[in-house]
Amino acid sequence: MKKITLKMWKEIDGIIQRHKEKSGALIPVLEECQSVCGYLPMEVQERISKGLNIPGSTIYGVVTFYSFFTMAPKGRHIIKICLGTACYVRGGKPNLESIQDEFGVETGGTTGDLRFSLDSVRCIGACGMAPAMVVDDDTYAQVSKQNIMKILDGYK
Amino acid sequence: MGRINRDQLNEIKSRGENIIDIRLGKAPVDGEKHLMVGGGTACHASRSEPVRDAIRGEIEKKGLSKICKVIETGNDAFSTLAPVMVVYPEGVYYVHLTPDDVDDIVSQHLIDGKLVERLLYKDPVNNKPIPRMMDIPYFSNQTLITLRNLTLIDPENIDDAIARDAYQGAAKALMDITAEEIINQVKVSGIRGRGGAGFPTGMKWGFAARAEGDIKYVLCNADEGDPGAFMDRSVLEADPHAVLEGMIIAAKAINAHQGYIYCRAEYPLAIKRLTIAIEQARRYGLLGRDILGSGFDFDLEVYQGAGAFVCGEETALMISIEGKRGMPRPRPPFPAQEGLWKKPTILNNVETLANIPQIILNGGQWYAAIGTERSKGTKVFALAGKVINSGLVEVPMGMPLKDIVYKIGGGIPEDKRLKAVQIGGPSGGCIPSNLLDTVTDYEAITGTGAIMGSGGMVIMDEDNCMVDIARFFMEFCQEESCGKCTPCREGTKRMLELLTKITEGQGEIDDIATLEELAEMVKDSSLCGLGQTAPNPVLSTIRHFMDEYEAHIKDKRCPAGVCKALITYIIDEEKCPGCGKCKRVCPVEAITGEKKVPHTIDPEKCIRCGVCIASCKFDAIEVV
Repeated sequence: MKKITLKMWKEIDGIIQRHKEKSGALIPVLEECQSVCGYLPMEVQERISKGLNIPGSTIYGVVTFYSFFTMAPKGRHIIKICLGTACYVRGGKPNLESIQDEFGVETGGTTGDLRFSLDSVRCIGACGMAPAMVVDDDTYAQVSKQNIMKILDGYK
Repeated sequence: MGRINRDQLNEIKSRGENIIDIRLGKAPVDGEKHLMVGGGTACHASRSEPVRDAIRGEIEKKGLSKICKVIETGNDAFSTLAPVMVVYPEGVYYVHLTPDDVDDIVSQHLIDGKLVERLLYKDPVNNKPIPRMMDIPYFSNQTLITLRNLTLIDPENIDDAIARDAYQGAAKALMDITAEEIINQVKVSGIRGRGGAGFPTGMKWGFAARAEGDIKYVLCNADEGDPGAFMDRSVLEADPHAVLEGMIIAAKAINAHQGYIYCRAEYPLAIKRLTIAIEQARRYGLLGRDILGSGFDFDLEVYQGAGAFVCGEETALMISIEGKRGMPRPRPPFPAQEGLWKKPTILNNVETLANIPQIILNGGQWYAAIGTERSKGTKVFALAGKVINSGLVEVPMGMPLKDIVYKIGGGIPEDKRLKAVQIGGPSGGCIPSNLLDTVTDYEAITGTGAIMGSGGMVIMDEDNCMVDIARFFMEFCQEESCGKCTPCREGTKRMLELLTKITEGQGEIDDIATLEELAEMVKDSSLCGLGQTAPNPVLSTIRHFMDEYEAHIKDKRCPAGVCKALITYIIDEEKCPGCGKCKRVCPVEAITGEKKVPHTIDPEKCIRCGVCIASCKFDAIEVV
């Protein structure tokens, strides 16, 4: 889990101060704090709650309502491993496991250095490219234990 | 230049008109050329920026920078051709550009004056090049009012916009005519809300103008959320000042002094250009205190949405700006009486507001002369799906759908048969091919069971399954339902379950009646527009494509060959020479057979992914 550093706390306090007097400040404050920390853990929500004098329950309600907000950190690059039938039988699962082992990350999780978030997805309609992997907006065909790390090397 | 008055606005306009005339092909000045590189989100995604930079570099290198200007516009209307560039004054349109093409354009076109034929748009029928943009049927059959500045201005340069009349309508509204007259002109124009519901804009403004209150708000809805729709995004990226000006006029009409543009976070380029436009307008004193010396104050902010489809609904949008969960509330009180922070508020969509300056400048009568009896002006559609030319199209109201599909869209690829036009996105419906004479008119389209909506228009051919389409939109609405009211939260979920069951081959004949009953209930009893319109795709497909529902349920067959549980792949023994290609590509090893002997597919193993069909050169694999 990514730690909130002292510098981040200072920035968060600055954001709260700047918006404090405005009505309807909560969502812009959350957007800015998320861009500082990468996510909105409870401790950050509690700080905002105190700073803006808004109940924590209201803040949690807003964070969980909008899809833009996340309470888990997201990586700079999103890896999606297709586990549709075609990809599954062609080795999608071992590919997924090799990424898990290499980077010490669970499916649905993010690496400690925020480089990657890893997800498995249902069929992405690229059966002819099975097993397929999508990194950000790029789709890769016939990925294997042999070439997967080389591909990911291109995403820093 | 700092704050300007009306005379100075006119000076900037006349200074800029020479520049614009080059782009209008009117007055070539000493061989000056303007290269307008498309730079909307779709262009950036097709790597238009390296093309722009390469052409700038090459022009510099060849010492042509004095007479050749490279300008990035927000044009991504004909999105399938991106990256594109228009060379003015001749109006030549180059498509599918890469940085490698830049040398040829500079040396052949700019220096030798010869067209680079391989980069011109080609007629899809006879493959003949059509050099001038306005000769391409896709453009020549359109009427541009909302998108009038698409290829003509730099959206990040306010002087370009002013040269194209920006803020002239605002100047007239603030200094020459009264608030009542503004509202009257908007009423006369007959413009109706372009966000989807089609409520008369002038009437909405009238309610808010009459509402008591010292503080009022003008809001712009730029939370365009329908899948596939990008009309508003293009307007914001290509001509942001038109929207700002529309809001100033609206503010004068209802006597508001503060506005917000609620723009979805997924539109970073639109937000960037809006922010630049607002800064430039403020510097000129076109926003802020005492606009153009008229004594009228108005300022606005961009409010970034946080990813909730339901926030496109007016009450939800206002609640979201207040910093809460964006869940709709019952009406009345209507926003014109009690809106944002319980103050009288008007909310208009981007496209509506972008039309307002033209209406004020040219008069309501001018606008009302375009269109049908009850639907005036033009409408922008995002044309997509099984159509040759896809992208944004702006047409006068009253144009038959078949003209949009065939004259502008260029027809259906691969000579397939058109099955339906899906219009209005997840709130809309499917208009079948036998009703293609239906014209773009709010009432005419509602008569078919669809709605005009915000402008999504998806063309479907014989390979699209209408039950699957209904399921797709229901899944969207179900996921986006905010959960506040039971009919929408539960009703969309149950309808999705039924539709999934039918597409998986488990449907029973009573399911259709149940679907219809649920649909009526969700429609009648949901709190907001999301729930009230969510059943439309289901009801309209049941109405026009009952045979497809019956085929799925009774015959356990998907006529379009889409629903995987209901189709089987079979190899035609007479056509299959046993080449082995399909066997090699099958990802699940479902195909067997000796070489040079017709192969067979094991339906138990087959996952119906279609890879074998794509690989077969003999058309030997059929879907039944």
